[in-house]
Amino acid sequence: MSATLFLEQGLNGLQFGLMLFLLAAGLTLVFGIMDMINLAHGSLYMVGAYLMASFVQATGSFWLALPLALAATGVVGALLELTLLRRLYARDHLTQVLATFAIILIANEAVRLVWGSQPILLNAPPSLTGPVTLPGGMQYASYRLLIIGVGVAVAVLLYFLVAKTRVGMLVRAGASNREMARAMGVDIGRLFTGVFALGAALCALAGAMLGPILAVQVGMGENILILAFVVIVIGGIGSIRGALVGSLLVGIVDTGGRAFLPLLFGTFLPPQMASAAGPAIASVLIYLLMAVVLYFRPQGLFPARG
Amino acid sequence: MKRFAGLATALLLACNAQAADQLKIGFLSTLSGPAGGIGVEIRDGFNLALKLAGGKLGGMPTEVVIADDTLNPDTGRQLAERMLRRDRVNLMTGIVFSNVMLAVWPTLQQAKVFYVAPNATPTAITGKGCSPYFFSASWPNEAHHEAAGEFANSKGFKNAFLIAPNYPAGKDALTGFKRMYKGAIVSETYSKLNQLDYSAELAQMRAAHPDAVYAFLPGGMGINFIKQFVAAGLSKDTQLIVPGFASDQDVVRAVGDPMLGLFDTSQWAYDLDNDANRRFVNEFEKEYRRIPTLYAEQGYTAALIIDQAVRDAKGKVEDEKAFHAALMKAPERAKTPRGKWKEAANGTPIQDYYVRALVKDRQGRIVNRKIATILHDHRDYWAKDCPMK
Repeated sequence: MSATLFLEQGLNGLQFGLMLFLLAAGLTLVFGIMDMINLAHGSLYMVGAYLMASFVQATGSFWLALPLALAATGVVGALLELTLLRRLYARDHLTQVLATFAIILIANEAVRLVWGSQPILLNAPPSLTGPVTLPGGMQYASYRLLIIGVGVAVAVLLYFLVAKTRVGMLVRAGASNREMARAMGVDIGRLFTGVFALGAALCALAGAMLGPILAVQVGMGENILILAFVVIVIGGIGSIRGALVGSLLVGIVDTGGRAFLPLLFGTFLPPQMASAAGPAIASVLIYLLMAVVLYFRPQGLFPARG
Repeated sequence: MKRFAGLATALLLACNAQAADQLKIGFLSTLSGPAGGIGVEIRDGFNLALKLAGGKLGGMPTEVVIADDTLNPDTGRQLAERMLRRDRVNLMTGIVFSNVMLAVWPTLQQAKVFYVAPNATPTAITGKGCSPYFFSASWPNEAHHEAAGEFANSKGFKNAFLIAPNYPAGKDALTGFKRMYKGAIVSETYSKLNQLDYSAELAQMRAAHPDAVYAFLPGGMGINFIKQFVAAGLSKDTQLIVPGFASDQDVVRAVGDPMLGLFDTSQWAYDLDNDANRRFVNEFEKEYRRIPTLYAEQGYTAALIIDQAVRDAKGKVEDEKAFHAALMKAPERAKTPRGKWKEAANGTPIQDYYVRALVKDRQGRIVNRKIATILHDHRDYWAKDCPMK
């Protein structure tokens, strides 16, 4: 194993983690602040990617389409909150799961009606389609570097928003004690609509950024949603910091497992067994990680509620 | 009440009398969910053939009962039972996925209803467990992978890196490839089913520096992989080879230019030089405004085979011996876009496989152009285990 490969896999883990963070950030905000299990988060991610693809087609520019897709998905999210989800806050988690699961099915069929049942085209801007050579001679996909950059930027912005602004203060107040915040005169209704729209816009950002390296197709949200849930459970529900640490942990453990476990097993197992055991263990590694974290810290690494 | 029962009996009799001069086909397929696009292609091809035949297959008024298994084996089995009991279909077709096929199969076999496969043809049904009620109008499950292995030989690729999802069809695929491929295998990697990010595997490929990569990653996984493979710059000195169902027009529409330069293997190509194929491609484009995929060809061909067999058996689908004989001869008589082929006793085609290159045509569309015939009159490897000879 050369040092370059080791470094490249590290970068891959970081990149995959930040990819998950884009989705997990919105999910943890909604889950933590509204105490609402929103399975339809993945559907907003799908809608975001499809809208992005359509805007790229219409405008011919990736960078022009990006803000349009974010805004449009934010509006979709706000409408969803105002018309439907608002009625679910007072219900128990099971009802929320059922209702938002129904939204997944409806969203999938709606997208199929509008865009057809086959995957659609969404590619990276022409300047970012190939690899670049990093210092040290390592080749790395330029678009993946962009994902790393956007992930870091979102993390910094969200940290600033939540920790340093007045809106962030209200959000934190809502997360730690909703009733008290209401009693202090915070308009919880408007705050929740705003948070949900922000979560939806983050979904769209994830969909738009990941579309060029993943398939834009019906049901694309369900796969990644499971990982996003793992991330926020590890990180502690409602905490942006937790989501960031959780997604980096999941990204690095998952990538590292796939990259190094087969090699590691090869050193002390016969090749036949190593090639069978490597992928099998690697594919459950993140769930093992989740189990271990929950055993020692049942609230996750950085619980938002005390 | 008695009068009512009498009326019901009369109605029932009337229904039965009608059923004898009409063909009822159960089309059970995966039409929704992430993989729903494949079933839609097969259905569109099938419906096109039915429409061109004036709504009559084998000269008989034909009704097609369509149902969606949603890629759930249990749902598939229930729907198949409903089609057999309530709708009383004479024939079944349409299934996309092997796992659904294997779940539905015992029900069909028990009911002694013929099944014409427009896609999945699992080795469990063509080998030891072969049956006269199963007829594949597509390909045995491992054939595309065998063709890819042979193609890698013909290109002189000295070593290859193989990747497939960690599930039964993934292992079968790589087994098929390895059966034919004579070069060295650098690595045989099994990735997670529905994996999103392939950067770890791509880094290993870059480090291993193989001549060729063979990737069997169906559906969205293939789209993810191809996009990431090209973005990582690996396509510059490593040849990517895929089976045809990971790179046809449905994938091309989603990936675009990164597809160029790939090679795939298929039992059919849009530019096969025969009249039946030109008619199929023209009519399909006119009807649906898109280039057909190999799946559409399979659906279309399945309908043509049924048409021929029903005609040759003079409409007597219920006469099992006569219909089976007509079915087995149908591929030699029907004018399919693939041309004529012989059906082996285990119900699998003995046919040619092609290598196709992903290139731009004159109108600037990305197409899968045939460049060579890689396997001639290729048989299902598992036919040797079938007791029917």
